[in-house]
Amino acid sequence: MSPLEFILAGTLAAATPLMLAALGELVVERSGVLNLGVEGMMALGAAVAFIVAYQTGGHGLAFVAGAGAGMAAALVFAVPVLGFRANQVAAGLALGILAGGLSAMVGRPYESLTIRSLPKLDIPVLSDLPYVGGVLTQDIAVWATLAMAVAMAWVFRSTRLGWRIRAVGENPHAARAIGTPVLRLRLACIAFGGALAGMGGAYAATVYTPLWADGMIAGRGWIAVALVVFGTWRTGRVALGAILFGALSIGELVVQATGVRIPSQALAALPYVATIIVLAVISSNRMLTRRHSVASLGEPFDP
Amino acid sequence: MRFELIRRDRASLEMALMAPVLALLAAGLVSWALFAAMGVPAGRALWTIAATPFSTWYDFSEVLVKTAPLLLIAQGLAIGFRARVFNIGAEGQLLIGAICASAIPVLLPSAGSPLLWVAMMALGMVGGAAWAAIAAFWRTRLNANEILVTLMLSLIAAQILTYLLLGPWKDPMGMNFPQTRMFQPGALLPGLLPGTRVNLSLLFGVAATIAAYVFMQRSVTGFRLIVTGTAPRAAGYAGVSAARGVWLSLLISGAAAGLAGAAEVAGPLGQLQRSISQGYGFAAIIVAYLGGLHPVGIAVSSLVMSAIYIGGDNAMVFADLPQSAVLVVQGLLLTFYLIAATFVRYRIAWTGTARA
Repeated sequence: MSPLEFILAGTLAAATPLMLAALGELVVERSGVLNLGVEGMMALGAAVAFIVAYQTGGHGLAFVAGAGAGMAAALVFAVPVLGFRANQVAAGLALGILAGGLSAMVGRPYESLTIRSLPKLDIPVLSDLPYVGGVLTQDIAVWATLAMAVAMAWVFRSTRLGWRIRAVGENPHAARAIGTPVLRLRLACIAFGGALAGMGGAYAATVYTPLWADGMIAGRGWIAVALVVFGTWRTGRVALGAILFGALSIGELVVQATGVRIPSQALAALPYVATIIVLAVISSNRMLTRRHSVASLGEPFDP
Repeated sequence: MRFELIRRDRASLEMALMAPVLALLAAGLVSWALFAAMGVPAGRALWTIAATPFSTWYDFSEVLVKTAPLLLIAQGLAIGFRARVFNIGAEGQLLIGAICASAIPVLLPSAGSPLLWVAMMALGMVGGAAWAAIAAFWRTRLNANEILVTLMLSLIAAQILTYLLLGPWKDPMGMNFPQTRMFQPGALLPGLLPGTRVNLSLLFGVAATIAAYVFMQRSVTGFRLIVTGTAPRAAGYAGVSAARGVWLSLLISGAAAGLAGAAEVAGPLGQLQRSISQGYGFAAIIVAYLGGLHPVGIAVSSLVMSAIYIGGDNAMVFADLPQSAVLVVQGLLLTFYLIAATFVRYRIAWTGTARA
């Protein structure tokens, strides 16, 4: 395999946990809520999914468990934010610390154990194509995540549910006036976002690197939050951003493999540096961010 | 069970004082249930956390040692939080401050001045402020969200620290441990209480408390800063610059965190090592909120948070409680505080009827 093919083949797998978490956060933010606890929800989802996969050997069950753990954690965030109009930044940080600590506690007996990954699907014809065959040979979770992105774009563009979520995010008072249950819809979005973050963690710990280690999410939850900004709250752009950052993390591996003498810490910091730079490029276009950002983002709903 | 929140005519002082106490009780109760469910001897663990930090003079002196960085960082952060500038990367500013301060003893191992630590503290403050200044520039000139930038800068700072400790700054006689050599005596902070590890950094924290009180409660600049956060539009009409508020908030909190990092390496540790911070930068966010973002409240909440750290260490030894349990307690504490703090401005009314 040429280095380019290797990068392309690995990119989608590396992008999947980011895409899952970022799509989840996108739904939460489109409803007007900022949840900064993604890193913690991913970590808890990863730990719980790994434990289930280790005990049962089933990846399907592991993903369900990871989603459930992420959702449960998200509900801990929903109580102060929706029930008590608390500061969303602080509540999100609290969730991140709490869920991160819980992941380390429940995962402790499983530290550094490994399991088997999901098999790559050999799709007739597609997988045999020259050049792109490697890229198209992916596990089922990658395909499911891409399908989810497409479905989500459709929901936001052309369904009643999508329009209601957008209305609640743009102007919750107007949405309530026409009969949309603002808090209930936001609760559903927060729970859904938590489930996707948990599944992102599940993919990271049971498929991408099938092992559990404390701190293994390594900032991916925060990059997912940044991806929503990069994608200017648009589903397609958020998914594309996740793929670009997936390519970046595979690029690290390639650089290491070529034997170029760069300190590994510089490579590890690369996604964080890229995040800061891209954030500047996107945000400095004030027209772009103002036109697309969610009007009521971060503000408690006071009926 | 349905309820409505009704805005009070004026903020309730009783609730403001009660909220942290209620949060502590609720966090203790839920931690107990969680730990018990995970098979940890929960009663013994929580008793150890609550009681041992104040049981002996030595334990209490250790509480004071950890109070110093928490107090210092939280006072800086609270100023920004009141201006709605969310610096959540104090952890990174602390690390950069510690690195900058360590540069003096590491690069000048034979420097014999007994006052080296003064220069180290200054360098630590400059380093922390410079690291935070990146986020200020990104926010004011490039419109980039400071929450994400400060957090990313923290992750980068951790990598820089690892690089230095595994590479150029590693102690050649250190048996390959990722740490620098021990600093010379002049590079260490003078002790404050004989027989304990309490040092000058506690006084830095006290000084920061007094300075924060004067600045936020008494000065015009502090008042303007708060207005840019609570009423940005009014501030704009009155000619108060929002950008200036961002710079001020980030430089102050960055310098405070940098000083805390410098004081850690020159204080209890005496060298630069990987575990210079036990998450102080994040814990200080909780300390700031728990103290109601008020300088006096923060002085109390930093003692409480420090006691949780010391108690957690003791519980690790006596009750086999994992270190990460302290994070669980911290996260619950902030969550419950945010719920309780709502009742400072709102009162609850129970309603029987369904409501969207």
